[in-house]
Amino acid sequence: MNRSPYITQAPSVTTIMLKVLLALLPGIAAYVWIFGGGILVTLTLASITALASEAILLKWRDRPIKPFLMDGSALVTAWLLALALPPLAPWWLVVVGTLFAIVIAKQLYGGLGYNPFNPAMIGYAVLLISFPAIMTKWPAPLLLAQTPLGFSDQLHFIFAGALPNGVLVDAITSATPLDYLKTQLGLHHQVQAITQAPIFGVLGGKGGEWVTGAYLLGGLYLIQQRIISWHLPSAFLAALALMAGVFYLLDPAHFANPAFHLLSGATMLCAFFIITDPISGPTTPLGKLIFAAGIGILTYLIRVYGGYPDGVAFSVLLFNIAVPLIDAYTQPRVYGHAK
Amino acid sequence: MLANLFKSSKLSSFNGGVHPPQHKLESTRAPISVLTIKNAQQVFVLPLRQHVGKVSKLLVNVGDHVLKGQLLANADGQMSAAVHAPTSGTIVSVQDQLIPHPSGLPDIAITLQADGEDRWVEHHAMDYRSVSKREVLERLREGGVVGLGGATFPSHVKLREEAKHPVDTLILNGAECEPFITCDDLLMRERAEEIVRGIEIMQYLLNTKECIIGIEDNKPEAAQAMRDAASKSQILIAVVVVPTVYPSGGARQLIKILTGKEAPSGKRSTDIGIQCFNVATAYTVHRLVNHGEPVISRIVTVTGKVARPGNYDVPLGLAVGELVALAGGAVENTEYIMGGPMMGFTLPSNHVPVVKAMNCIIVGKPEIFPEPPPAMPCIRCARCADACPVSLQPQELYWFAKSDNFEKARDYKLFDCIECGCCTYVCPSNIPLVQYYRYAKSEIIALDKAKQAADIARERNEFRLHRIEREKQERAQKHAQKAAGAKTESAKLEAAPADAATKAEEAKKAALAAAIERAKVQKAEIAPKNTEEVSPQIQADIAAIEARRAEAGLAEVAPQDENN
Ligand code: SF4
Ligand code: SF4
Repeated sequence: MNRSPYITQAPSVTTIMLKVLLALLPGIAAYVWIFGGGILVTLTLASITALASEAILLKWRDRPIKPFLMDGSALVTAWLLALALPPLAPWWLVVVGTLFAIVIAKQLYGGLGYNPFNPAMIGYAVLLISFPAIMTKWPAPLLLAQTPLGFSDQLHFIFAGALPNGVLVDAITSATPLDYLKTQLGLHHQVQAITQAPIFGVLGGKGGEWVTGAYLLGGLYLIQQRIISWHLPSAFLAALALMAGVFYLLDPAHFANPAFHLLSGATMLCAFFIITDPISGPTTPLGKLIFAAGIGILTYLIRVYGGYPDGVAFSVLLFNIAVPLIDAYTQPRVYGHAK
Repeated sequence: MLANLFKSSKLSSFNGGVHPPQHKLESTRAPISVLTIKNAQQVFVLPLRQHVGKVSKLLVNVGDHVLKGQLLANADGQMSAAVHAPTSGTIVSVQDQLIPHPSGLPDIAITLQADGEDRWVEHHAMDYRSVSKREVLERLREGGVVGLGGATFPSHVKLREEAKHPVDTLILNGAECEPFITCDDLLMRERAEEIVRGIEIMQYLLNTKECIIGIEDNKPEAAQAMRDAASKSQILIAVVVVPTVYPSGGARQLIKILTGKEAPSGKRSTDIGIQCFNVATAYTVHRLVNHGEPVISRIVTVTGKVARPGNYDVPLGLAVGELVALAGGAVENTEYIMGGPMMGFTLPSNHVPVVKAMNCIIVGKPEIFPEPPPAMPCIRCARCADACPVSLQPQELYWFAKSDNFEKARDYKLFDCIECGCCTYVCPSNIPLVQYYRYAKSEIIALDKAKQAADIARERNEFRLHRIEREKQERAQKHAQKAAGAKTESAKLEAAPADAATKAEEAKKAALAAAIERAKVQKAEIAPKNTEEVSPQIQADIAAIEARRAEAGLAEVAPQDENN
């Protein structure tokens, strides 16, 4: 009999997911501008793979297909994975990564709401471990490439792996700034000298820093819309900046400044779109701060000392494991209970 | 005025809360309309349980003619309240009837048929300062005064001065935070002086140092009326306007807002020197003490799909359907909600009577509040936690309740949940969270009861096992003695010390058994108290569990018996 409350006022899961997709659009636009239209192909590929595999798995698991396909969560996973991959990743890489994310990391754990790990990061990590060579080879931004590829060339490259006659792979790819910095530091060069290379922009990587800035914009929109809470991005960025700041102050010759870390690699995508995945993250305010700060610190350490140029995926997955523990120990004080 | 400004500047707040659409304007346009009883055929149904505590003791018989305000059933002990005749007439039945309760179960009620004269019983005012406080409290107990905010806790219990917990602050709750409900708003607008007279009595009884009336800022007229009335009082009463946020009208939430203090979990607010009453309760205290009129009517907001939404001063016992018809609403083919949309419930029938707890009737539930879309899985977005006024983690509680992990639910403070509905209100996945909590709470209570009963049963069984063991030993001993008797003299001599040892052992065991027996008797004495007030269903469950326990015990012992 007692079914109250009779009224609700909440955005649907679909609305939330659509707003996340919307917030990614500025970043995608900047991406297309800097790296060319190939990313649109990657996004489409990932989206189709995600929706198709989700539908098949739902059917197989005997769950209603329509509401779960319509919730938009598969698309969010697909887009985040696509944006984390190198821009001209071959088609099969995109498909394999998406399948891992949706089938293994999401549906086999029970579908929406039940995945303990961030599906996009599982997909990414699996690819990074299995195909490190492809995963770390990024095409140079168009304005740096010796022979910039047109859209049809990019399309051809994604599906056939072939370049226009006379163009070598090296001519279109370059190390990412994070990667380059790491290798050069290994060769005992100094940060100031290294960052004179053309791939470095004003603060981050040339071109890439615009994409990063656009993600920031989308992220602020999500905070304003109350889709994500400020705790996660703030703590993550603050921790990363603090780590970078301390190391930089101690030894500016061998450590890049905080601004570079904030605007390079997947920093902003991570801050506003990846660690903010509610399902695999903590729920308490303090827990969110700890979780995000932890990922920030670990990301920095992996960037500087680890075997991979960017440490976001592994940091996120590692802290996903700790979520139940973090939640359990950060329960807020309940009304009428002593501290 | 200055005092008020000062007060509002240091208002505190509670975590979360929500801002549902108000829907209060509809029912505040017209003044309170007082329903009078002229119809000689009018029937009133008066449940004997309109309050928290023991069911009232019936004082009348079928066929008796009674006068308006006459005591029909008296409070049974302290935790109980009285029931009076809302008009003069004849008692036509005393039987189980459908009452406005979420359980939808019938309960014992008196039916009174009006004689159309509406003639009062002899009643008189009381000069409360010239008699003992005990006499005033006794009058409140006999006058049927209970909390009218919905909790219906007997007021005389809360107005008793307690040396252990002196009350410094008297809080009057005029927040009325639930959407649609405006009965307190109108009462404060129109009968502010009478409310203040009631507050003066409460202040006198509790001997409090300060008095605060908390009113949400969406009721400026009511706040102004209360301020005017308070300024004319001999005692200092502060009217504090609080921000409109649901559930600021929850007693504990209002206490936090007004004083910054929190009533300790599981304890009463008097532990921190605060007592809280609804403004409508103060009004009834005044009517009873200063006019001798018991609680036989209340103001009910009738709103929703009705032609004349508004507030009605209704005699208790009137059928809700008749009230709604008066307001120009449908009686058949629709559903009514009693209370507000956040915490109210659907009435089991549109013909149940108006009772003391009924502050609002929303007509046309299916039309105004369509069913929510099907629930999706929890996405752990923590909106519910952000909205919870008690700072619980509703998403965790949901998980525990769903998986019947009741111990965990208790650990995560399920019993601090006030069932305000804020969590469900903000959940993107449309999960009926509060229903899960209601379910889990009732399950836990039932399990606790069952466990108590099982403990008793186990003890009985242990005693029984012990007795069987003793008998076994005795038999064994007899066998041994027989066997020994067939043996030689020397063997007999040897057996003697062994015999003594067994006897000592036996004495010890007997003492232990006696102790268990004593404990059992003690438990048994307590036991009826534990199960006395539980529903027949739970009693049956307990009996079933006891039976199962006993059977299990028997099965374990039987084979050993046979081996002997
Ligand atoms: S609001 Fe609903 S979906 Fe979000 S955490 Fe709470 S229960 Fe889960
Ligand atoms: S119903 Fe309970 S859990 Fe939900 S918001 Fe209210 S107090 Fe918190």
